[in-house]
Amino acid sequence: MRLAAWSRRVRRTATSAGLWRGVAGIALFFAVWEAASLVKLPFLRHVPAPHIVLESVVQTIQTSAYWSAVYISAKRVAIGYVIVLLGVPIGLAFGVSRLFKYTFFPVFETLRPIPPLAWVPLSILVWPTMEMTVISVIFLGSFFTVVINVLGGVETLDIRYVRAAVSMGARPWQVFWKVVLPAASPSIFIGAAIAMGLTWEIVVAAEMVSSIGSGQAGLGAMMWQAYVGGVIPLIITAMISIGLAGLIFSALIWQIGAYATRWRRVT
Amino acid sequence: MTQGGGLSIRNVGKVYDPEGINVLALQDFSFDISPGEFCVVVGPSGCGKTTLLNIIAGFDTLTSGEILMDGSLLTAPGKRLSPGADRMVVFQHGALFPWKTVLWNVTCGPVLQGRLARAEAEAQARRLLSRTGLAGIEEQYPEELSSGMRRRVELVRALMNDPKVLLLDEPFRALDALTRGVMHEHLLELYDLARKTVFFITHDLEEAIFLADRVVVMTTRPGRVKKVIDIDLPRPRDHHVLTTARYGELEEEVLAAVEEEARKAFETGERELA
Repeated sequence: MRLAAWSRRVRRTATSAGLWRGVAGIALFFAVWEAASLVKLPFLRHVPAPHIVLESVVQTIQTSAYWSAVYISAKRVAIGYVIVLLGVPIGLAFGVSRLFKYTFFPVFETLRPIPPLAWVPLSILVWPTMEMTVISVIFLGSFFTVVINVLGGVETLDIRYVRAAVSMGARPWQVFWKVVLPAASPSIFIGAAIAMGLTWEIVVAAEMVSSIGSGQAGLGAMMWQAYVGGVIPLIITAMISIGLAGLIFSALIWQIGAYATRWRRVT
Repeated sequence: MTQGGGLSIRNVGKVYDPEGINVLALQDFSFDISPGEFCVVVGPSGCGKTTLLNIIAGFDTLTSGEILMDGSLLTAPGKRLSPGADRMVVFQHGALFPWKTVLWNVTCGPVLQGRLARAEAEAQARRLLSRTGLAGIEEQYPEELSSGMRRRVELVRALMNDPKVLLLDEPFRALDALTRGVMHEHLLELYDLARKTVFFITHDLEEAIFLADRVVVMTTRPGRVKKVIDIDLPRPRDHHVLTTARYGELEEEVLAAVEEEARKAFETGERELA
């Protein structure tokens, strides 16, 4: 039964217009790129043609250094992301407690506009290891986004639901678990998905800035080394890797979110 | 099943005081509702109907007078009344939790209160749903239902709370006319099933007369009782009652009272009957 449902789903996806348009879009992108290299557009003179990049990709993914870089960056993202999820309870606290919000929100709002990379110098000084530095920058770069999204989810909660729950005898903590949290869950998952994209953006930037020479080499360091060595196809290989890794990680979060808020997809 | 539910509203007044400008929403409103009575309140927009309902529900406070339920004080100035299942509210736009199934929605009252075990509440809910022609939708989410069905589920949820008084704030306003007509008959069916006291607010005079034992016409702001009209149409009622001569007379009577107030409201720059 389950298997039948699965195969039905796979068949539906494989025959859906959306999928094939997506594939066509990607193919078109590479075709235009190839054509642009063939006619030697001046501003593309440092960009190798796709078939050269493809060659580099095939070569690179056979090396263990590449997979170790992927693993190191993914591990940093995963650890940083788990810590970033602290933003969920903090956003909820901002949403439900006026005292908490009035006390800490001004501090929060002042720290929020500071860009992730602006934290790098101080982080390098504060943290004993490069690993901690990178993870703390990841945290600072996406934590605020999560909090703001969660807070927004709580604040747009329709008062009717709270009133209905209270009318039916719900205690404050029951209102929280049965009304506030599920009502805010779509925003929580939007925040979580955006943060996933951000952590990949930040990990690469932080690695480029801080992990050269010391620490373990992630995708950012690999890219930087490729730049220093003038290996342009390798730079693009690293870029594609980061894009795909971010895509996969974000898709995972969207899937979890879609399952957790499946009541929204009915109608 | 809980009996009682008599309300005694005595000289109730409500002054809103935003930035020192006194707005008198209710003044000297007095009315008694006997247990099990179906009472419908009509009046022009902004006359304080919803304010009164919110005060009884515990979402708002009064500034003068008092309200008693079954002889004991419910609320008075300075007394905080918390909302409770004994005065269950059905909201204008509905408030079923979209993230929960129908079954969870209708059973949450007794379960959250700790009055019934989940299994027991579910059995009771299934019985009530099937008695009201809603069997088979227990595991669906509210969004999957039509708006009329959602309203019926909401009424079932209210009844599952075994309230003394049902407070209904224009519950069918957002429905189209045909669905509304069907809903009126469903509501009366439920009312005949369990004669709860009903406090029902509306703009719709046909709705008011069709449903009510008594129609209370309110004056334009500040809201007071202008006229109380006994609706002596026999129960159980169905839509045929709308074409009887007696219905016509009652409508005439209600309309006369409402019209005068609506005109006044209009002249004093208030919004017309919506």
